[in-house]
Amino acid sequence: MSELAYNPTELMIINAARLLRDQDVVFVGVGIPNLACNLAMRTHAPNLQMIYEAGVIGAQPSRLPLSIGDPSLVTGSLAVCSMYDVFTLYLQRGNVDVGFLGGAQIDQYGNINATVIGEYHNPKVRLPGSGGSMEIAAWANRCYIITPHQKRRFPARVDFHTSIGYLSGGDARKKTGVRGGGPEAVVTNLGLLQPDQTGELVLTALHPGVSFEQVQENTGWPLKQSGECTVTLPPNAEELRILREELDPQKIYI
Amino acid sequence: MTKLIPLKEAIQTYVHDGDLLYASGFTHLIPFAAGHEIIRQGIKNLVLARATPDIIYDQMVAAGCARKVIFSYMGNPGVGSLRRVREAIEAGQLEWEEYSHFSMISRLQAGASGLPFMPMKQTGATDLASNNPNYQTVCDPYTGEDVVVVPALVPDVAIVHVQRADAYGNAHVWGILGEQQLAAFAAKTVILTAEEIVDEAVIRSDPNRTLIPGMVVNAVCHVPFCAHPSYTQGYHDRDNAFYLAWDEISKTAEGVQAYLDEWVYSLPDRGAYWEKLGSEVHQRLQSGECWSEPVNYGDY
Repeated sequence: MSELAYNPTELMIINAARLLRDQDVVFVGVGIPNLACNLAMRTHAPNLQMIYEAGVIGAQPSRLPLSIGDPSLVTGSLAVCSMYDVFTLYLQRGNVDVGFLGGAQIDQYGNINATVIGEYHNPKVRLPGSGGSMEIAAWANRCYIITPHQKRRFPARVDFHTSIGYLSGGDARKKTGVRGGGPEAVVTNLGLLQPDQTGELVLTALHPGVSFEQVQENTGWPLKQSGECTVTLPPNAEELRILREELDPQKIYI
Repeated sequence: MTKLIPLKEAIQTYVHDGDLLYASGFTHLIPFAAGHEIIRQGIKNLVLARATPDIIYDQMVAAGCARKVIFSYMGNPGVGSLRRVREAIEAGQLEWEEYSHFSMISRLQAGASGLPFMPMKQTGATDLASNNPNYQTVCDPYTGEDVVVVPALVPDVAIVHVQRADAYGNAHVWGILGEQQLAAFAAKTVILTAEEIVDEAVIRSDPNRTLIPGMVVNAVCHVPFCAHPSYTQGYHDRDNAFYLAWDEISKTAEGVQAYLDEWVYSLPDRGAYWEKLGSEVHQRLQSGECWSEPVNYGDY
């Protein structure tokens, strides 16, 4: 079989989709997470349910949603509720299996900054802020983070904890009493980082053709490599076909 | 008694300099026409609260209406940064108060329920709380564990767009419900804008769809296409092209000024705005049809 060409975004979406399980209830964001969920639904997880923070349960969008509150999320969905209800009855109550997160900075312990670069009251760069991510990171049973792998995005410590991973590691997260389990994987265009027993993100998989050195160069702390570090399977023809022909034919995100 | 008045009159009567305003709608039903009318009337020093300030507050901040924003996600949804609000904050020209979505909505829930505050579970993310004294912790008297609390938000005025309402303010809403109901119940004064004004019998034919009752509404304004460039489910689509265009327009203060001159100051009302958008845009934003099955309420 000849090797298929794919771009870094397709690689991230496909690898994120593979982490999802059938029957998962997923709190979804637009863009890459939405594409990953729809891809998983069309491949190995047909019974996955998508929940959007706007209050849509069991969305089946017939077109690519371009905002978190796109009307196509509503038409044909299972239920629509208020924002307060989606955050309480679904997320806070513990009815969400998976949260998808991104952010400007991800640190060594999977903490996320989407708020400010620099000092909070005198920011160098003012970012959009939490939205739903503070609660999603804390309360979803498990979380996945998707972000391109660049040194500025992976500092040793985030400038601001918008939402938490494992804080300073060890049992720091557990001690806060948050209900969710925390980030299980960070999917990047170079590979997968996953928490070790102390909560520190270590390299557990490289994408085909990527070296450890390449990942280290793009990471702001001395990166450890798991003893069982693997190489991810390259995107297959069917995954790429669904993504390109069915999900994002206008190539808005890919 | 009918509460039906023109939007211009509703804004003149109920929105005052310095008010805490909540123009509601999570992506859906954002009352842009009301924002434009506030800009035209030159109302100043508003405290603008919304989970997502969206383009409506970007425009109002650029037009000099605001002294402060209260928000939980300050982006141009699906596009990127909200440039005018962001620049004003970075330049120290605009006060801000920040929450997560859930704590913002919990503040409205407290206000709407007549409670002093709402409790929420720990999130472990304490940086926001240590920069915003409205986040407090109290001891749960039943378990002894700490819970986070946020105080009630009681806007002076809420502006809420709906699909259809009767002249008394009883309103049907469908599609994304966001914080529409909470904003209406939390606020001291409510201006309702509606795509359609219908007979009370239409409301009574489907009472489960009534999200907002007339008893909390002060003014009802008939404003078709009020929500453009956001959308009204079943009436018109979101103008994603405009959300993208705004990213360009809002790169400079001059760009925004030119936009406001052309699309706000020189137009009398939403009718003129919709007409000016032209038939190509109208056609592009058609929502098509997908009707629900009727339900039988029973004849008792």
